Amino acid sequence: MLIPEELKYQKTDEWVKIVDGIATIGITDFAQDSLSDVVFVEFDIDVDDEVSAGDSMATIESVKAAAEVVFPVSGKVIEINQTLIDTPELLNESPYEEGWLVRVQAADGTELENLMDAAAYAIDIQDR
Amino acid sequence: MFTPHTKNDVEVMLKSIGLEKIEELFTEIPAEFRYPHLNLPPRLTEMEAAGELSSIASANVTTRDFLSFLGAGAYDHYIPAAVDNLLQRGEFYTAYTPYQPEISQGTLQAIFEFQSLICKLTGMDVSNASHYDGATAAAEAVILANSHFRGKRPKMLISRAVHPQYRQVIRTYMQGDPDVRIVGDDAETGIDPDMKNFISQIDNNTALVMVQYPDFFGRICDYREVIETAHQYGALVAMVVNPTALGLLIPPGDLGADIALGEGQPLGIPLSYGGPYLGFFAVKDALLRKLSGRLVGETTDVDGQLAYVLTLTAREQHIRREKATSNICSNQGLMTLAATIYLSVLGKTGFQQVSNLCYQKAHYTADQFKQIEGFQLLNENTPFFHEFVIKSEQPVGELLDHLLAHEIFGGYDLGQHYPELENCLLLAVTEKISREDIDYLVDVLQEVHHD
Repeated sequence: MLIPEELKYQKTDEWVKIVDGIATIGITDFAQDSLSDVVFVEFDIDVDDEVSAGDSMATIESVKAAAEVVFPVSGKVIEINQTLIDTPELLNESPYEEGWLVRVQAADGTELENLMDAAAYAIDIQDR
Repeated sequence: MFTPHTKNDVEVMLKSIGLEKIEELFTEIPAEFRYPHLNLPPRLTEMEAAGELSSIASANVTTRDFLSFLGAGAYDHYIPAAVDNLLQRGEFYTAYTPYQPEISQGTLQAIFEFQSLICKLTGMDVSNASHYDGATAAAEAVILANSHFRGKRPKMLISRAVHPQYRQVIRTYMQGDPDVRIVGDDAETGIDPDMKNFISQIDNNTALVMVQYPDFFGRICDYREVIETAHQYGALVAMVVNPTALGLLIPPGDLGADIALGEGQPLGIPLSYGGPYLGFFAVKDALLRKLSGRLVGETTDVDGQLAYVLTLTAREQHIRREKATSNICSNQGLMTLAATIYLSVLGKTGFQQVSNLCYQKAHYTADQFKQIEGFQLLNENTPFFHEFVIKSEQPVGELLDHLLAHEIFGGYDLGQHYPELENCLLLAVTEKISREDIDYLVDVLQEVHHD
């Protein structure tokens, strides 16, 4: 299971990467593997929406289940990965690169402190 | 499945919750309401009760007894004997919702055929497996649009020429959501077939534009400008359609509607005092995931044989309760079967014939009104299908009473919903009405005028 060192993780299996105040958010390799083949992504937000950590971002439907994705950080939505609408399989093929979900202008850098680092996340998923 | 409880079962269950008698379960209900004295007549034997009920029932007068020009959303069409015959086979009649494809192939195939027929009829891409009736299907379109825009477009623009009871049901459905505004059906916007006042209200806050086709007054309006404007503003368009009319008219899918819905009662379901009826609901591919209820698909099993399964239930409550937008499932299963058999028995040509007969007979009837003193045909300048409006010099109530005395259900009094249409009557003419029937109506009406 891939758990890149440079990312931060949320218990509900989202990853976040902040560069120059812009947070890119996706789901982890573990999440896509548990879901198996993703067939549909529905976003619950639009560009320019103000969102808070814990808000619902999207629903990901696979052949096995439907999972909610929630925001790990607060801020303003600046970009939504629309290519996932037609090619949801990118979430399986490339969860950390092409399968990113949403970019947010992060409101508060300190929120990252509430998230796990790669080592903590690796332990977290061990028993699941 | 019937699972009876033995006396022992009941005792075990009571014991496990620490009770002795079943009555103890109801002690929360105040004593005076628990076993109230009911003021009932003396008991009857089964034979006496059956006699009394049939004597009450025989007081009813139905479209079998009287000539009927009543329509307004429910239509008296001929139902081929095959419909009831197949419908009442035990295999279909008692079948429950098809969660287990292994034991539900017949029911699943029937639903699949229904969906396919509705798509063919409406020119849409996907149909669900039914709603309660046309009115609740219309309400679901509003719910769909609201959820499609995630509540960010609060305005639902609904034409005043959509069935008044459908608009009431929509308001009932939406009363729990204070943000949603149902507008566009006020007297000021009006019912002009050019819809200028209506179109001017479409804006960026509009989630849904709903029109009826043919409209409540039977008129076939050109909705292309409505649809084009709605789409310019990014709004969805729902068309409430009469399925029988689609035997002749351009289907809503080809006109650009995003949602086509309607009352399926004209498709082989008896009037039966208002129900059970059948709502149908179909959408374009883009709204596939927003469709309430379930979709049955065709596939092959492990041995390569044709099989039917529940393919998608994206908005159904048993899958994701909190994301469900509706409590609709397979719903009017038996009524979908009736519609499926009806359409199959008639075939494409037969269905077009029914549609054409309704159209021709209604136009013949309307023409007669031009020659009867005291009446004015209001639809004259707009094309219409099998319903039209006449204005009577005489109060409509009196007119209808007079017709009733001559064993005719005269039509629908429009004044009860439209103050601007006082003393206006909506008449429907189906294939069941003969030329003699129409001539009889004309005779009686001429008599009215001379009385």
